[in-house]
Amino acid sequence: MAQVTLNAVRKVYPNGAEALEPSTFTIPDGELCVLVGPSGCGKSTMLRMVAGLEDITEGEVSIGDRVVNDIDPADRNIAMVFQNYALYPHMTVARNMGYGLKNRGMDRGQIAAKVREAAEMLNLTEFLDRRPSQLSGGQRQRVAMGRAIVREPDLFLFDEPLSNLDAKLRNQMRIEIRALQRRLGTTAMYVTHDQVEAMTMADRIIVLSNGHIEQIGTPNEIYEHPASTFVASFMGAPPMNLLDAEAGQGRVTLPGGEVVPQAGVNGHTGAIKVGIRPEDVAPSAQGDLSFNVDIIEELGAQRLLHGKMAGQDFSVAVPKDQEAATGEMRLALKANAVHLFDADQGRRLG
Amino acid sequence: MKRAAFGHIGFPILLLLPQLVIIAIFFYWPAAYAVQSSFYAQDMFGFTSTFVGAENYTRLIDSTNYINALNFTVIFTVLVTFFSLGIALLLAVKADKVIRGAKTYRTLLMWVYAIAPPVAGLIGVMLFDQSRGNITQLLAFFGYEYRLGVNYWDTASAMIVVSVWKQIPVNFIFFLSGLQAIPQSVREAAMIDNRSGTSRFWDITFPLLAPTGFFLLIINITYSLFDTFGIIDTIVKGEPGNNPLTLVYRVYVDGFRGGDLGGSSAQSVVLMVLVLILTIVQFRFLERRIHYT
Ligand SMILES: Nc1ncnc2c1ncn2[C@@H]1O[C@H](COP(=O)(O)OP(=O)(O)O)[C@@H](O)[C@H]1O
Ligand SMILES: [Mg+2]
Repeated sequence: MAQVTLNAVRKVYPNGAEALEPSTFTIPDGELCVLVGPSGCGKSTMLRMVAGLEDITEGEVSIGDRVVNDIDPADRNIAMVFQNYALYPHMTVARNMGYGLKNRGMDRGQIAAKVREAAEMLNLTEFLDRRPSQLSGGQRQRVAMGRAIVREPDLFLFDEPLSNLDAKLRNQMRIEIRALQRRLGTTAMYVTHDQVEAMTMADRIIVLSNGHIEQIGTPNEIYEHPASTFVASFMGAPPMNLLDAEAGQGRVTLPGGEVVPQAGVNGHTGAIKVGIRPEDVAPSAQGDLSFNVDIIEELGAQRLLHGKMAGQDFSVAVPKDQEAATGEMRLALKANAVHLFDADQGRRLG
Repeated sequence: MKRAAFGHIGFPILLLLPQLVIIAIFFYWPAAYAVQSSFYAQDMFGFTSTFVGAENYTRLIDSTNYINALNFTVIFTVLVTFFSLGIALLLAVKADKVIRGAKTYRTLLMWVYAIAPPVAGLIGVMLFDQSRGNITQLLAFFGYEYRLGVNYWDTASAMIVVSVWKQIPVNFIFFLSGLQAIPQSVREAAMIDNRSGTSRFWDITFPLLAPTGFFLLIINITYSLFDTFGIIDTIVKGEPGNNPLTLVYRVYVDGFRGGDLGGSSAQSVVLMVLVLILTIVQFRFLERRIHYT
């Protein structure tokens, strides 16, 4: 068991590209920390530096109280699960799982016992003598998990482990991985580009964009107080609406003159971005904001109304039992619905 | 695979016909002719031939020359195959480390494939040339008189070295692409599981190269047996004398120099059987054990 600390860790690839700006954070012992961000933002780079598969350009990575910069991947006491499973195709499931233990000099009986134990935990017992090619995607993913578990590592590293699975299996494995990690109490870093995975699995989320950390926080903090327009639009589905507006005389005005309620501007003046989540507004005859519905999207549990507010794209989520029709309607805000960001940098105001 | 729909069986056969004709004329007909003439003895001028049954074959077994050539061929094949595979694998592993991800290097190395074999063979022979060869001169410098085409062992070693040299680029390219086909993540998983690079090679890389290796093994055996004819001919220059000869070269020497078409045909038939066995082994094993995916 161990905490993980990155201290001003930076990565520049030999071709000169800075994949990660100096980043600092600590993952407390036993937490599952999700690195989330769009493709190419540097998630894998960060994870691979922790694993020791990529050189660290600057800064220090510590696992437990040990700086691991110069320690071989095999000696970091970590286990990694790859997107394409990375199983050894010529070895049986049992040998795949036991290979790391064998190289640590564990005796055969002990290896067999550990492999059996992990296989039971993952419902793999009947497949122990099969080759990876004889397994389904979900089963291969389980074997990769098993290979990680038997090592009893200080740290699990996951690089998009569910991306190759179909949607249904993905949901199921997500829950399984989460439960397993809780049960074992092993610290974990989990990379994904899927914000749903991040929200549902994480104790703590690190949102990355273009090689820098946008925000670190619990799923709730990230959702309730996104630190930037990037986080606001990346986390949450459907994404938060972002409207161009003007701040002045202590209030925020949309183009066309409507005043945004709840918006305290702290003396900010000029161009401003107003963020409102689709689920934070509700149709109401007495509402403060006018909205013109163009398209209605049925999602089953809810309906999405897409249209224009003050001439800009806007979406509203309504429960399935609420009637909706295209055309003009008025919207009322729920409590704490308004997020304000500065228009240039996209930083959160207040 | 999808089955294309042809209205009539005649059309596909028509399409295949040119190929079938070529195969029949250039492969089956000579092969059948060789089998036939292996049971006949021809007079010195090739005017008459008499049926002699299996005598051409029994003569082979009794011939010390033939048995010597057989022994040499076995040793030659084992050594050439072993060294050309071994050296190529070593080079490929080293090259793979450098060019992982770097496509330019790979393209540069691929060029070797296109130009090397014939040129290498020629240069190899030149290196051992009796009067001007660099290796000959080098050995002379150390006081060893190297006599290609005169001393049995000198000639044998030159044949082996040049044959190995000529085959290395081909093996190298196949091994290299085999190595490149191993997913990066599998190597990385192994790096986390095992600290020792050498042991990773034998546990992971080598078994994953087995399909390539086995394919190359067959190719190299075939090469050593047959395609080294040109090299041996360049070295021996058609004067067998006291020189080591491979079975294939003996077919040529006995048949075309010695005028013994019957005996030479019998030797060809023996070689055909050998190839047949190799082919069966190749298909049996390649189809089975060594494929993983
Ligand atoms: N080996 C490499 N050499 C050069 N640039 C790389 C290398 N690997 C990744 N990059 C670049 O670094 C950035 C981050 O990559 P990566 O960490 O793989 O992103 P992610 O996992 O978030 O999709 C990308 O712009 C990518 O092109
Ligand atoms: Mg990635």
